Amino acid sequence: MLVSIKWLKEYVNTQDLPPAELGEKITRSGIEVDAVIDRSEGLSNIVVGYVESCEKHPEADKLAICQVNVGGTVDQIICGAPNIAAGQHVIVARPGATLPGGMKIKKAKLRGEESNGMICSLQELGIEGKLVPKAYAEGIYVLPENAEVGSDVLTNFDLDDTVLELGLTPNRADAMSMLGVAYEVGAILEEEVKLPEITYKEAEDKASSMLTLHIDSPEDNPLYVAKVVRGIEVKESPMWLQQRLMASGVRPHNNVVDITNYVLMEYGQPLHAFDYDLLETGNITVRHAKTDELITTLDGNERKLSLNNLVITNGKKPVALAGVMGGANAEVSKDTTTIVIESAYFASGSIRQTSKEHNLRSDASSRYEKGVDPNRVIPAAERAAQLLSEIAGGEVLAGSVIFDQLKREERIVKVSPDFINSRLGMKIRFDDMLGILNRLQFKTEAMNNQLVISVPTRRQDIQIEEDIIEEIARLYGYDEIPSTLPETATTPGGLSPYQLKRRIVRSYLEGAGLLQATTYSLTSEKSATQFAMKHTELTRLLMPMSEERSTLRQSLLPHLLESVTYNTARRTDSVALYETGSVFLKGHDELLNEEEHVAVAMTGLWLDNSWQGEKKAVDFFVLKGIVEGLGDKLGIALDFERGEMDGLHPGRTAYITLDGHRIGIIGQLHPSEQKVRDLKTTIVMELSLAELFKEHTGPLKYTQVPRYPSITRDIALVLSKIVEAGTIEKLIRSAGGKLLKDVRVFDLYEGDNLEAGKKSVAFSLTYFDPEKTLTDEEVTAAHEKVVARLKDSGAELRS
Amino acid sequence: MEAQLNELKTEALEKIKAATNVKELTAVRVAYLGKKGPITDLLKGMGKLPAEERPKMGALVNVVREEVTAQLEERMVILEEQAINEKLQSETIDITLPGRPVKTGNAHPLTRVVEEIEDLFISMGYEVEEGPEVEKDYYNFEALNLPKGHPARDMQDSFYISEDILLRTHTSPVQARTMEAKGGEPIKIICPGKVYRRDNDDATHSHQFTQIEGLVIGEDIRMSDLKGTLSVFAKKMFGDDREIRLRPSFFPFTEPSVEMDISCFKCGGEGCNVCKKTGWIEILGAGMVHPNVLEMAGYDSKRLTGFAFGMGPERIAMLKYGIEDIRHFYTNDVRFLSQFERTEV
Ligand SMILES: [Zn+2]
Repeated sequence: MLVSIKWLKEYVNTQDLPPAELGEKITRSGIEVDAVIDRSEGLSNIVVGYVESCEKHPEADKLAICQVNVGGTVDQIICGAPNIAAGQHVIVARPGATLPGGMKIKKAKLRGEESNGMICSLQELGIEGKLVPKAYAEGIYVLPENAEVGSDVLTNFDLDDTVLELGLTPNRADAMSMLGVAYEVGAILEEEVKLPEITYKEAEDKASSMLTLHIDSPEDNPLYVAKVVRGIEVKESPMWLQQRLMASGVRPHNNVVDITNYVLMEYGQPLHAFDYDLLETGNITVRHAKTDELITTLDGNERKLSLNNLVITNGKKPVALAGVMGGANAEVSKDTTTIVIESAYFASGSIRQTSKEHNLRSDASSRYEKGVDPNRVIPAAERAAQLLSEIAGGEVLAGSVIFDQLKREERIVKVSPDFINSRLGMKIRFDDMLGILNRLQFKTEAMNNQLVISVPTRRQDIQIEEDIIEEIARLYGYDEIPSTLPETATTPGGLSPYQLKRRIVRSYLEGAGLLQATTYSLTSEKSATQFAMKHTELTRLLMPMSEERSTLRQSLLPHLLESVTYNTARRTDSVALYETGSVFLKGHDELLNEEEHVAVAMTGLWLDNSWQGEKKAVDFFVLKGIVEGLGDKLGIALDFERGEMDGLHPGRTAYITLDGHRIGIIGQLHPSEQKVRDLKTTIVMELSLAELFKEHTGPLKYTQVPRYPSITRDIALVLSKIVEAGTIEKLIRSAGGKLLKDVRVFDLYEGDNLEAGKKSVAFSLTYFDPEKTLTDEEVTAAHEKVVARLKDSGAELRS
Repeated sequence: MEAQLNELKTEALEKIKAATNVKELTAVRVAYLGKKGPITDLLKGMGKLPAEERPKMGALVNVVREEVTAQLEERMVILEEQAINEKLQSETIDITLPGRPVKTGNAHPLTRVVEEIEDLFISMGYEVEEGPEVEKDYYNFEALNLPKGHPARDMQDSFYISEDILLRTHTSPVQARTMEAKGGEPIKIICPGKVYRRDNDDATHSHQFTQIEGLVIGEDIRMSDLKGTLSVFAKKMFGDDREIRLRPSFFPFTEPSVEMDISCFKCGGEGCNVCKKTGWIEILGAGMVHPNVLEMAGYDSKRLTGFAFGMGPERIAMLKYGIEDIRHFYTNDVRFLSQFERTEV
């Protein structure tokens, strides 16, 4: 909502506060002022000029040489506007003038001809192009003939004004009008509000003699007022009216349309004007549209209607989409002489539905949706009639044609002063409360230690005691509220075990050298299931904004890999990212099964200590080590089992398992996937945290530091390449008995000295007895069992 | 023989003095004190002496041997130290060369902000509650006093999956769920999480962002308690000399509703580009829980009251670190992420 302070002053005394100060007061007490716009900012030395003559520039087709009377002197000014003509009153920026954006006007020569200033368009005065009347949109603005030559344009045409831009919250529909803002400012400054005085002369003929009215759906349209005005001359509105509309962000059209918009801005009540003759039938019938009924609205679009839409008809066909937009078939034009002014109350739900269905928002619909003041419907119609008779030369027919079943009593809210103070934690005096309610012009009675408040219908948002508390507190001043802390029993607070473990995972991974990434949950249908561990149906949005963000992800990896590519494309060759976040799987009920995962993607060098000749590229085992360490950190034994997945290297992929369940995947990207993603060797991992955290590892148990030494024996085996070290390790462990404490691979050789298809793996076995020092014989006995078992299984011992 | 002995001693001592390194000195030791050395020879030759001269001569040889040994050892200590010093000298390294890098990662700036806020409220006795990102219309809107057709639903255009299921537009449904689960008991929680709105991504908008909200319900919770709590938060999060101010606002789920500004942490209130010359920075929205919300979750709104507040970690991080574009949080440029490594303690 844009509020011209000059206009506002017609209704309330603003005590001549500087605009910024007024804005600050409004902000602090309830309605945020987003901007204070000085309409004259940067403008100086702009006067009314009269174009005495206008000739073509001999050297330039598009320029005209004008002799312009600027009050006392006649100056030659070169003008390039297509609509410049002799006999016009125009806006002249004289030499020395400034225009918005810091432009300075100087005497100049244009193609050899002297120019003493500039004839201005409204845009050049800083008015947005979309607000400039269409007739002047492409050229200079032409002032009315009575404009006084040489006078200051700024003061004569209300540009010496400041506009407050209000950021209205949906509850404050009351402030979507100048009168509503006047009430708010009146309450803040403790000033009275002056309503417009409405007087005009009526014709003898009655409106009802020309127009009949029928309301078919009173539940959606409980009040409809129509006035008939004839003898109208449709033309440009007077300057003051045009300026007020432009200051309010409305483009002037013609006097009739401008008056309906003016009253809309003034009262917050939408009005519509029909050309009476184009209405054809002298009848207005309000009903629900028939299925597939058609109407062409004023914006030129033909719309197919539905039963939900309320329409204004002439008894036969729709002439307006009620409360949203008029129809083109009864539009006021320059030939119009008789009009019907509509002021009505439409139920907000109905308007909201129609507006949404046709994706059509207007100043009218946005007000109806939030609810208009039922007590302003009739005054607004009268106000329009008055202005039509004053400005458009109209003759207003006597009375109105009216349908009225609208209840509009004031709501009563009762609240006790103690309740108010206890909820605020304050001690506001009773008299102060009364004073504030008075300033708001809420009628208040005190009964049995209760305030009985009649809430004016313009404040539809005030419904319960808490609403009154807010009104009193905001006008009393939030700065006056003391600072206390809740006097509730103190609670320990803290993280749940799950949340704690998530933090442990994060700090472990960061300690391991990974950067935390955050990516989007919405992705394309195509990548939603890539790398997903469980396959479920896709979850698509009903109305996605783009295909790229249409579907909920089932794996973190696609977006994480995009982030890796983003970095490598910017010459960060080594990237190691992790992310924790939800994947979205179809669940048992209508809600999804949101499972939290952790994913890692890494490429490039893991260790780069070049000057010492130490370099390590990321590989499967770098990431596997990180995953193993994570298991250790959580006290969980994770296993790895050869696996496969589309997009991963078939020989370098493993499932991560816990108690035999697959809870994750780890692998190297398939070369073709790397190519598609423009990546070099990239290792990825994704693991379900939800599954990982199911396990309760319980309290940590200490075992005594060994008092006896352990003994190590090594075994080197020649194996077929397809035999996995893990299998052998398990075999060794099972054969080693109680004394075998640890088995580690310490060497792997796959080279020329071996038979083709063979590899050599060396294990280091640690024997230990917590009770005593082991003898050589005991170790040898245990070790020989292992050796025997290995030989039995066909392994070849390397000497 | 005595003269021979003295000559030998003088000669040995000179050689000891002349030795410049451990090796030379060791040679001297072998030459004079070794089994084949002249002193040993002298001792061996004593058998030829008359018996009465033997003790005297033996003592004399011992004195010489001891003196030579003592001098030699003294010299040896010096030469050994000299040798070590020479070795160390040769081992000198260029200590300005870089150390072997330790790979470190760090948390995302949003995690950093969220955890800081979580920890701050945990220390005040709050628990952390989380909830689903795909939510029922009921918890996201209706239970929060936003019935179907409510004008305030426009404030947050949503991503629907079906008529009744949508991506949550705020973390408030976690509050509604917690209230329902607590069945009328007091509550003190903080709820962080991802939320989604129909916005085109640009420098200041993101269709996905994070929120963190707080909720306290108990007997006689007052608006002054809200102000006090927010004031503690502002000081801990943004510095002890921060002041707060409340401005009236509107949220359907609170009444009264406020927005909280803090005095600018950059200029201290004088006016600068961070606070847009106002001296104040808008940080969060808050209010007293609307009685409809309490009643809908089964609370007796006459007996128990509460306050709620909510803020955007993106906004806080952008203000705090001067980040100019919200999209940085989701592109994961390493050059961006790795800037948030060090502590601010
Ligand atoms: Zn500042």
